[in-house]
Amino acid sequence: MLSDLTWTNLALVQVSQKEIALLHKDANDVLMALGDFRLRFRGQDACVIDGVDLSVARGEVLCIVGESGCGKSVTAMALMGLLPSGSAEISSGTLRFDGETVDLTRDRLSSERRGGAMAMIFQEPMTSLNPAFRIGDQIAESVLQHRGGSKEQARDRTLEMLRRVGLPSPEARLRQFPHQLSGGQRQRVMIAMALANDPKLLIADEPTTALDVTIQAQILELIRDLQRERGTGTILITHDLGVVAEIADTVAVMYGGQMVERGPVAQIFDDPQHPYTIGLMESVPRLSGERARLTTIEGSVPSIDKMPEGCRFRTRCAFAVAACAERPALRDVTPGHAAACHFVPLEQHLRVAV
Amino acid sequence: MSVILEADNLVKHFRTGGGLFSKAGRVRAVDGVSLRIEVGETFAIVGESGCGKSTLARLLMRLLDPTAGEVSFDGQQVTRARGKALSTLRRDVQFIFQDPFSSLNPRLSVGRLVGEPLEVHAPEMGRSERREKVAELLRQVGLRPEYADRYPHEFSGGQRQRIGIARALATGPRLIIGDEPVSALDVSVQAQVVNLLADLGRDLGLTLILIAHDLAVIRHMSDRVAVMYLGRIVEQTTTDALFEAPRHPYTRALLDAVPDLDDRGGATRARIEGEMPSPAAPPPGCTFHTRCPHAQALCREKVPMLEAAADGHATACHFWREIEATPRVASRRIRSDAAHARLNLYRRATEGAEIIPVATNGRPSKSPDNREEDT
Ligand SMILES: Nc1ncnc2c1ncn2[C@@H]1O[C@H](COP(=O)(O)OP(=O)(O)O)[C@@H](O)[C@H]1O
Ligand SMILES: Nc1ncnc2c1ncn2[C@@H]1O[C@H](COP(=O)(O)OP(=O)(O)O)[C@@H](O)[C@H]1O
Ligand code: SF4
Ligand code: SF4
Ligand SMILES: [Mg+2]
Ligand SMILES: [Mg+2]
Repeated sequence: MLSDLTWTNLALVQVSQKEIALLHKDANDVLMALGDFRLRFRGQDACVIDGVDLSVARGEVLCIVGESGCGKSVTAMALMGLLPSGSAEISSGTLRFDGETVDLTRDRLSSERRGGAMAMIFQEPMTSLNPAFRIGDQIAESVLQHRGGSKEQARDRTLEMLRRVGLPSPEARLRQFPHQLSGGQRQRVMIAMALANDPKLLIADEPTTALDVTIQAQILELIRDLQRERGTGTILITHDLGVVAEIADTVAVMYGGQMVERGPVAQIFDDPQHPYTIGLMESVPRLSGERARLTTIEGSVPSIDKMPEGCRFRTRCAFAVAACAERPALRDVTPGHAAACHFVPLEQHLRVAV
Repeated sequence: MSVILEADNLVKHFRTGGGLFSKAGRVRAVDGVSLRIEVGETFAIVGESGCGKSTLARLLMRLLDPTAGEVSFDGQQVTRARGKALSTLRRDVQFIFQDPFSSLNPRLSVGRLVGEPLEVHAPEMGRSERREKVAELLRQVGLRPEYADRYPHEFSGGQRQRIGIARALATGPRLIIGDEPVSALDVSVQAQVVNLLADLGRDLGLTLILIAHDLAVIRHMSDRVAVMYLGRIVEQTTTDALFEAPRHPYTRALLDAVPDLDDRGGATRARIEGEMPSPAAPPPGCTFHTRCPHAQALCREKVPMLEAAADGHATACHFWREIEATPRVASRRIRSDAAHARLNLYRRATEGAEIIPVATNGRPSKSPDNREEDT
């Protein structure tokens, strides 16, 4: 019998092999890359997304984490081409996805890819489910639209997916309306619909935030299993660092529309570099260890019209100095692990005065 | 220790339906809960949504009348209180909501909102005296007194919760019931409010009943915990005992389900299937048997009573003694010395230590005036 210790070691070895593979993410494996993305909403002075780069490889789970308002959903909606062009002004940004390059300042992802090769699930399932239609018809419709085939094939595929996402008595569910299901079940239906067309990239925006923890654990496991089975590249957006630790291969930490830190999950948690990442981690109450007073980040995220120039975190950063009015570049600390702060690594540049 | 609030076998059933398509039914929102809250403690109630936490809180404050059972506050019956007794109760027991403004008039200024309870409970107070008191309350929760002239929509979530807390403190309560008071807040702001509540509890000698679904928040804030499932308490003990040695299979399942950022390989945890059944049709016997990995024939027939063991730890499960403890296996993070030094530096900086560059002796040109004030 393997002891717990051996298991632990095995898990560590597995994690680091995957990490190494992701570090050497070769250009061919990159499924989606978003470059220098900037977006402002009409009538506002400052960009809501201020020069963000992201990339996801086949089979990778990238978690985007940050507090509410930092631009996670806007980024996801922009990738999907779902932002209203009337109000969102994109001044810069190139999307490369699955062999196609889109200049986001002028164009958006083609509509046959949206919901097909790139699919999205939301916190609130009713965002993508129509209350007036039976769930079987909704999924089958999406299958017909993106994969073609006969109605029977679409129906079989629908049933197969409902079964796969673990919905109890799937045949009976085909004929039900969304409101007849519980929140967790609706989430499963939405996942079934998003994955029915075998997307290459799945974007999940806070998919478990509204759910109870036992249901959250089920849904996270489902997403992870399906993603591994199919090698789907996944962007999972969350504000919950526990969820990130659980499911991510790589992590992007955002603050005020800027990416402040990025790297493999183990490095982000074992060796956090950016003051904001550290502050977030330290302010989370823990399930184990000492129950000491929580360390906090003072203040709150400024509204967009009060966003400072340069490092946007500087109104709250415990290390901020005048130089922080200049924007720090996102630089590698170790290969593949980057942070955007003038003083990284902090312990080498700063100390407590004695 | 003296008991400040006591509930005896509280039951609240809601009648539902009876419309064209549905049979009339009863939702057993709270189904026999007994509690003794001690002076000065923080008592937490945890459970999944719909298990009856908010209903229980409303019964304790008598915002709802129970179907059966009794509540007494400070030895006085709450359930039948009226007139002066009810007014005293309203002064001594205050509520903090998840969104304090959902139930308040958005056209009233913060000063009016915080001062309103004073108008009711301290009518002898003059206008300027009340204004002074409101200013003091705002200061107490870390807000600027000038905010009294502003309106709720001008504030962030964290500030709103501080205003809600100031309003709750206005009458000088002895017991505060917080129904998910930090659930809607982002973690950095949540930490501020958690610290504030801890400070106030200590400084004012308050008793706090904390309702939450976040187990880590509960571990952090409470002295004792009751775990609810389908209207009943299934486990109740000290916070340390609950987290170190949970006995009820449901508590274990809840703890196992929480994603833990300190765990390096969290992917392989135990997990329970299914969802909480509807409180309109709770399963017979142990209501958890439909999801319990340890359920046996007896569980489907006989309701397990909440019984305290010799150590005071109470569990409502026929088989908790036989069920082997399976502590959550976690592979802890291993951090380098450099990472420890960095985290320590961060902590010192947030505690107000002066931070200087390593290479020079000069002070950094830190400009405190560019800081936004608290929350
Ligand atoms: N349609 C819109 N018009 C104007 N501002 C918007 C719109 N959608 C989002 N925003 C603003 O953009 C910022 C980022 O929002 P969002 O991406 O939803 O944040 P997150 O998902 O990280 O919580 C917020 O300040 C939000 O108020
Ligand atoms: N006024 C009401 N009428 C009918 N059912 C109610 C009412 N209030 C709550 N319930 C039901 O009682 C159960 C417990 O609700 P609640 O106390 O709000 O749970 P929690 O706060 O733990 O989420 C739920 O099934 C809820 O739908
Ligand atoms: S650049 Fe300055 S303000 Fe920004 S995180 Fe680093 S020290 Fe803080
Ligand atoms: S009484 Fe039976 S079903 Fe209920 S928790 Fe105990 S073992 Fe599980
Ligand atoms: Mg969002
Ligand atoms: Mg509630």
